[in-house]
Formats: sequence, structure tokens, C-alpha cells
Amino acid sequence: MRARTVDRIAADARAASFTRRSIKKESKLAGLKLALSMLDLTTLEGKDTPEKLRALCRKAQRPAEDLADLPHCAAVCVYPTFVALAKEELQGSRVKVASVATAFPSGQSPLAVRLAETRAAADAGADEIDMVIQRGAFLAGDYETVADEIEAVKANCGSARLKVILETGELETYDLVRRASDLAIEAGADFIKTSTGKVAPAATMGVTLVMLEAVRDHFLATGRKVGVKPAGGIRTAKQALHYLVMVKETLGDAWLTPDLFRFGASALANDLVMQLRKELTGRYAASYDVTES
Amino acid sequence: MAERLAVLKTYKLYLKGEFPRSESGRTIEIKDSRGRTLAHVCRASKKDLREAVRAAREAQPAWAARTAYNRGQILYRMAEMMEGKADEFVTTLSATVPGGKTRARKEVQAAIDRLVCFGGWADKFTQVLGCANPVAGPFHNFTIPEPTGVIGVIAPDQEPLLALISLIAPPLCTGNTVVALGSEAHPIATAVLGEVCATSDLPGGVVNLLTGLREELLPVFTEHRDLDGLHAAVASSQDRKTLELGAAENLKRVRVHTATLDWYDERDCHSPYWIEPFVEMKTLWHPSAT
Repeated sequence: MRARTVDRIAADARAASFTRRSIKKESKLAGLKLALSMLDLTTLEGKDTPEKLRALCRKAQRPAEDLADLPHCAAVCVYPTFVALAKEELQGSRVKVASVATAFPSGQSPLAVRLAETRAAADAGADEIDMVIQRGAFLAGDYETVADEIEAVKANCGSARLKVILETGELETYDLVRRASDLAIEAGADFIKTSTGKVAPAATMGVTLVMLEAVRDHFLATGRKVGVKPAGGIRTAKQALHYLVMVKETLGDAWLTPDLFRFGASALANDLVMQLRKELTGRYAASYDVTES
Repeated sequence: MAERLAVLKTYKLYLKGEFPRSESGRTIEIKDSRGRTLAHVCRASKKDLREAVRAAREAQPAWAARTAYNRGQILYRMAEMMEGKADEFVTTLSATVPGGKTRARKEVQAAIDRLVCFGGWADKFTQVLGCANPVAGPFHNFTIPEPTGVIGVIAPDQEPLLALISLIAPPLCTGNTVVALGSEAHPIATAVLGEVCATSDLPGGVVNLLTGLREELLPVFTEHRDLDGLHAAVASSQDRKTLELGAAENLKRVRVHTATLDWYDERDCHSPYWIEPFVEMKTLWHPSAT
């Protein structure tokens, strides 16, 4: 596979240019609703409890109970142990269940264990699997192993869609981000995802742009549409709108759907709801107008 | 030699401990009583107000967590800084408010005294507003006042400095943070007060000062759901109605004074009942030994 290089200066400058659009009134309202519908509401903590997960599932279905016409979130993103419970809570809704797997967040377990975890999550009913690549192997230059592992995980996903987490915060350069993106796409990823959220920096505009361009080039070459999911570090509605502008101007309207673009976030939901509340009622919202987590 | 060209100041807002221009880029030209341009002040927008509330909300828990004694010290420090800037306050006030320097000096001195007074109340109001309640059981029962949260202040055109201080100091001394809109007709004193706050050990965000148009910002103050109370002095019954109607929507505490009240009356204006509207009473039951 040919390695593509990325001009970091140009990529960062282009990414920054997307933050300078003026989005007001109806377009802002539409953008906020779209961002909400693309949200993978995430909780990935050791201290997650069943009740916390139930609350998250309720929030994903109705982000603000008193505001009419708000979309539901795209998915909840949880650890494999919570997949069955999430499935049960979300029964009858169109919110999907995404499960991280493959020894998230490090990926440093024997392959057999990671594949078994993937199968367990898929068998429990996960609609989507968020796997991590083995950064150790990737950074050591062992691309073949990484590609083989992605293929093996994909084969164990059943009907679930596969998101491949590159953990760009550990990949050092845009060249490597591009290389990992191409590699994951070639290996069959349905989505490529920036980060686990456990490493700083998580998603940035620049890194996401590099990944969007990899998706674009793959589409132009093969006609297959791969999704992108920036995760971690996107906390405000304004940032989310910047990302949407970037998606639209890099990949076009076809990608402005929860099927092909997602935000992995938790705090973002509250800011989106607060901004939507402001747009719909004309009043600035208070922190007690949204849930605590 | 040519006459020196005066350097006119453009006063800025005081938000989060910083001095930004209005995000709207708008300013208001201030003229003295003889029609000469004196300075420009910012005309705050509703987004500036939103930023101010955000800053005040962020700063509130740490301000309330300081000891009452320390809050008193900081308010006293503000008074000290005002004393140092007294001449500047007198000059700017007398340039636009009728009554000349004599009146202005009286106002500035009263404003400094008011700040000292509420600096003093900081570690005393709990003894006056709180109480130990008799209960029919083996308990100590206390009621203690705690700060309400973030308070919006709307100052009148009458005694622009004294009234502003009289409105912000009572909520401030208990641990509330404040977003204040200064007098519309005489805004320079409000802007200079920002310079006092910035040099008084007040943590950023505890006091936020806006200058602008009352008609534009009043509805935003009342309808902003993240303001917990409003302390205002207004001249018209229409303004009073706007305040009370908007505030009813999220149950803000509202205390509206008449703009023309006697701001120099210390028996009234130094009373702890200026503090009382912006505290929440918490009652504690504690088992007693017998």
C-alpha cells in the first residue's frame, strides 16, 4: 500500500478555516439538531453502574423531555458488560448500542482474548463494535499485523458495524494518522474513529480532517462510503458545528447523516441541549436545565 | 506651541477579571454637560451578558467557600482602592451628573462607606439573619443563611456610583457573585469601578460589570435562567413589571427598589435587610447530649 504524506501546516490551516463560518438562526438550529442526532452518548468508566447506564439510555432517547421535535441520539457507547442491559433499556427505540471491545483502551491483550470479547459483545446484541488498534504494533511498523487483526475482529463482529479507533493522540504525526486511516479502511472498517477518550490530545480538527480526506480518497477510488467518528474533547455545540462544516466541505452532504458521521462525547449533549433551548425559547438556559452527567 | 490633543479613553467591560470590548463591537459616546465628547464606553450585547453570567457561575462556589472574614477583607480592599481613585470618580461623575464636584465628592465618599459597611457585614450577617430555634426534642436546631448564587444587578441613573455599590455589595458579601449593568446615562463610574475590582484581590468573575442600554438588556437579565436573583433599582413601573414578569418564569428572587430612594440614608441602606433577599435559609438538626 502506498503511503500518503500529509502537509501538517496546510492541514491545520484548512481545519482552522472551518471555524470561521457564521452559522445563525435556522442553519444553527438545523446544525444543532443534526449534531444531537449524530451523538454516541458515551460512558466508559470503571465506576459505571447499571443505574447510570439506564439514565444514559433514557437521555439518548429523549435528550430534553420538554422540548418538542428533538432528535434522539445515534447510539450509546458502553463497555461490553453493559450491552445486554443497554439493549433492554433501548428496546423499541432506534438508538443503537455501540460497545467498545478488544481490550479497550490499550488493546494490549492476546488476539484470542480480544476476538472473544468482540464476539461476546456482538452476541449480547451490540449493533456496533468500537475496536482499538494495537498502537504498539503499528508504531513498530508492523502494519500487516494491525491490518490482519482488524480483519479478524471484523470477521467476529457478526452483523455489527465495526468502528476502528486509531487513538491519534498516540500516533505522533499526521502521516501516521493518514497511514492508519488508510490501513483501517482497507481492512474493512465501517467507521474510523479518532480516539478512546482516555488519551490527550483526543479528537482535534486537524486529525479529523486527515481522516476525512482518507475517507474521501477511498470513496473516489472505490465508491465505498466509510464513516468518521471524532471522539473526546468535543464539549461545546460551537465545536460540533465546526466539525459539521468540515464534514460538509470535505465529503459533502452525503456524509451529514448519523450513518456516516458520529460524535463520541458525553458533555457535548448537555451543551447542545442548552443551545437548542436558547434557540427554541429565546432564553439562556441554566445548568439545572440539563442532566448532571 | 500647538495645543496638545487630549487622549480620550475608551472604557471597556469588566468580565471574568478581564477588560474585553463588547463582542458586538458597539460603543456609546459619552458627552459632558457642555456637549463635548468625554469618552466612549462599550455597549454590551446579550452575548456579553451571557459570558458574564457564565463567568459569575464559575466563580461562585470558590467565592462562597472563602471565609466570611476573607470576603470582608476583600470588600474593604475594594474600598481602599476606591479611596485612591476618589478624584477620578469625582471628575468623571461631575462631568455628566448635575450638581458639580461637591455633590460628586459626597456621593463617592458615601459609596466607599457603603462598601466598608457591607465588608463589615460579611462575617456578621449570619448572626443577625440566622438563629437557634427552640425544638421539642433532644436536638440543637440552627437556621443559617447561605448565598443564593448568581445575582443580576440593574443600577439606576440616580447616584450612579453609590446606587451601584449599594446594589452589588449586599449580595456580594455573603458569597453571591454578581453581574451588574451600570447606569445608562452615567456609565463611566461603572467602568472605573471595574478598574477598582481588578486591583482589589477580587477573584475574576466574582463581579462583572457591563455598560449599555437598559431597555436592550433588562429582558435578557430577567429571562436568563442561570441568574438566581435580581437586585435592581428602576425608575419606571414598566421596568419593574418587565423584571418581575420575566423573573417569575424561573422563580428568581427579585428585589426592586425605587431609583429615587434616598441613597444617603444609612439607617435604610446599611441595614442587613439589604442582604436578606439573596440568602437561602438552611436549617440543621443536630442531636444534643441530653
